Amino acid sequence: MKKISQDTKKQTALNAREKKASIGEDIDISQFTSQQENGSELQKLEDVGEDFKKILINVGVDTQQKERSGTYIQEGNRVVFCQTKSDKVEVLPIAVALEKYSWVKNYYWNAVKVDTDKYTAEAELTDNLQGYFIHAKKGAKGIYPLQSCLYLNIEGFKQVVHNIIIADEDSELNLITGCTVHPNVHKALHLGISEFYLKKNSKITFTMIHYWSDQSDVRPRTGIVQEEGSEYVSNYIIMSEVKSLQSNPIAYLEGDNTKAYFQALVYGKKDSHIDVGSRAMLNGKNSKAEMISRVIGTDASKVIARGLIVGNAENAVGHLECQGLLLSPNARIDSIPEINAIHPNVSMTHEAAIGRIAEEQILYLMSRGLNETEARDLIIGGFLEADTSHLPKELAEETQKLIEIASKAEV
Amino acid sequence: MLNIQNLTVTVNHGNGRTVLRDFNLSIDSGETHVLLGPNGSGKSTLIYTLLGYPSYKVVQGSIFFKGKDITGMPTNERVSLGIGTLFQHAPKVPGVKLKNLMNVCGEKRGERITKEKFEEPLLEEGCRDLDDQTMKIATDLKFPLEFLEREVNVGFSGGEIKRSEIMQMIALKPDFMLFDEPDSGVDIENLVLIGKVMRDLLQRDEIPSRQIKSGLIITHLGYILQYLGKLDRAHILLNGRIICSGNPEIIINSVKKFGFDECKICAANQISLECGDVEGIK
Repeated sequence: MKKISQDTKKQTALNAREKKASIGEDIDISQFTSQQENGSELQKLEDVGEDFKKILINVGVDTQQKERSGTYIQEGNRVVFCQTKSDKVEVLPIAVALEKYSWVKNYYWNAVKVDTDKYTAEAELTDNLQGYFIHAKKGAKGIYPLQSCLYLNIEGFKQVVHNIIIADEDSELNLITGCTVHPNVHKALHLGISEFYLKKNSKITFTMIHYWSDQSDVRPRTGIVQEEGSEYVSNYIIMSEVKSLQSNPIAYLEGDNTKAYFQALVYGKKDSHIDVGSRAMLNGKNSKAEMISRVIGTDASKVIARGLIVGNAENAVGHLECQGLLLSPNARIDSIPEINAIHPNVSMTHEAAIGRIAEEQILYLMSRGLNETEARDLIIGGFLEADTSHLPKELAEETQKLIEIASKAEV
Repeated sequence: MLNIQNLTVTVNHGNGRTVLRDFNLSIDSGETHVLLGPNGSGKSTLIYTLLGYPSYKVVQGSIFFKGKDITGMPTNERVSLGIGTLFQHAPKVPGVKLKNLMNVCGEKRGERITKEKFEEPLLEEGCRDLDDQTMKIATDLKFPLEFLEREVNVGFSGGEIKRSEIMQMIALKPDFMLFDEPDSGVDIENLVLIGKVMRDLLQRDEIPSRQIKSGLIITHLGYILQYLGKLDRAHILLNGRIICSGNPEIIINSVKKFGFDECKICAANQISLECGDVEGIK
């Protein structure tokens, strides 16, 4: 039985091998290599070299692990560190988890379809796959956040990752994850499948920081399945250059009284093409989705901020918001919101505003003593201040700090 | 403190229209003056020119502040010399919290105290840091603290904008204060409050030898003036020129009684009767 089902997945993937993604520039995966030499695992996270430490800090990984309950670090397609300090939560490399627990396969390709496009197909067909499995046990609460870093250190490498995250009933899980490249790496491909499962009355907060290079192509594929009373909070932050990035997570709010909140902070630089969105299917009664994106466009960057909310159930509430700040005449920001009211008794709203910093605002701040650059920085800094009200108190302040680090980071 | 000589200003967005002509005004340390004038007489232009806003071009004349020629100086440098403004039309600044802007004002005041070696504490009494000081100022003004978390002027009512402006003035404590229509669009409760703070900031109740701060209050309504105590001098601005200066009480009462129409007669006849006697020459 098991064998057949796996073969079916493989076959479906094979059929989708050439399937272009519905949005985003098409990438020729064959240009990238997955050749990687064997290396050793890190014994202690504190022992990482200064260079690596700096890379990790830029994407939110605390090498001291002071207020962390676990850490997962993947270099290329090799797990170099995987540890957890709490017995309420389990962190394993995905390959280990699939071996250890027969039920894990039931969560494999259940929130994201294997034949979504060539990138999901690649993740099924590659023989060089890693990723993390995180399981917050029933009732697990009050544990420090878990952190992970997916890191690329080989020129021209394709990193293929498949993550499964499960929050059991009444548990609360906070994740900080950073995806990045070594400063000497230009050309790279990151394909990341992430499947989130939120059981009854659970909560996941997922803060993701991306830090890429001028020639990185990035195609995350994320799906979230939510049971009754669960809450999913996503904070996505990208402040670095990237060649092309396209991501459009989808949340299925299946249970009644579920909530999903997506926030994206995007700082478009140089020639970056960034296409980020989120989608929510409000299938449960009283389910609620909110999507906020704040985009800054500098240089010749092109940013598309998407959002889709589908109201399928009684009393579903959806709100989409996009704010854009253009700092260069060559930058471009597009907002593409879509709200669909399928059920007659839903409330769906969206608002968007994109513009430049008005001169009168700069002058007003200068009249309080700031010079022009300081005035601009204050406005931009304020613009990038995240709404952290959905995060636990301890994490809220830290997230703001991470954003500051990310916005200033120069590797 | 402030000395404006033969100033002629054109406005870019007004297609190069001349708004101030041959304007002269001198305000000494410790003095508070009032500038009255009808709409369009050039009051706002004077403010923006004093601040050095780029759309306002000085084509002739000079502005001296504390003995320095500031005519071509950028706005922020003028502010760090000690000029502060309460705006009539303060713009919205999305993204910037009022708290952060208040802290900027407090920080700039600290820098000025250090630079000019004033014997003043860097922070208000009993405050440990800028956040503390910002909260104290807000509390003193009966501003709910959650207001500090809001974006500057975004969704503020008229009275809230004025209170935010006056709070920033308190935090900045400049040596020379410009008040642009502090009484427009304000209810009586806020008017009394703003009047009280202005009176205090302008040291109106100090003995003259201890009055150091100076101010220029621009108004066409004049409501605020009754709350300020003794004022030093009033001026009437008409078509970009000061046409009459003198005892504030007499001038204000005269404007209240006759409006600016009488001033126009005065100007047209190029006479300089004691203000209030205009009726006699009709």
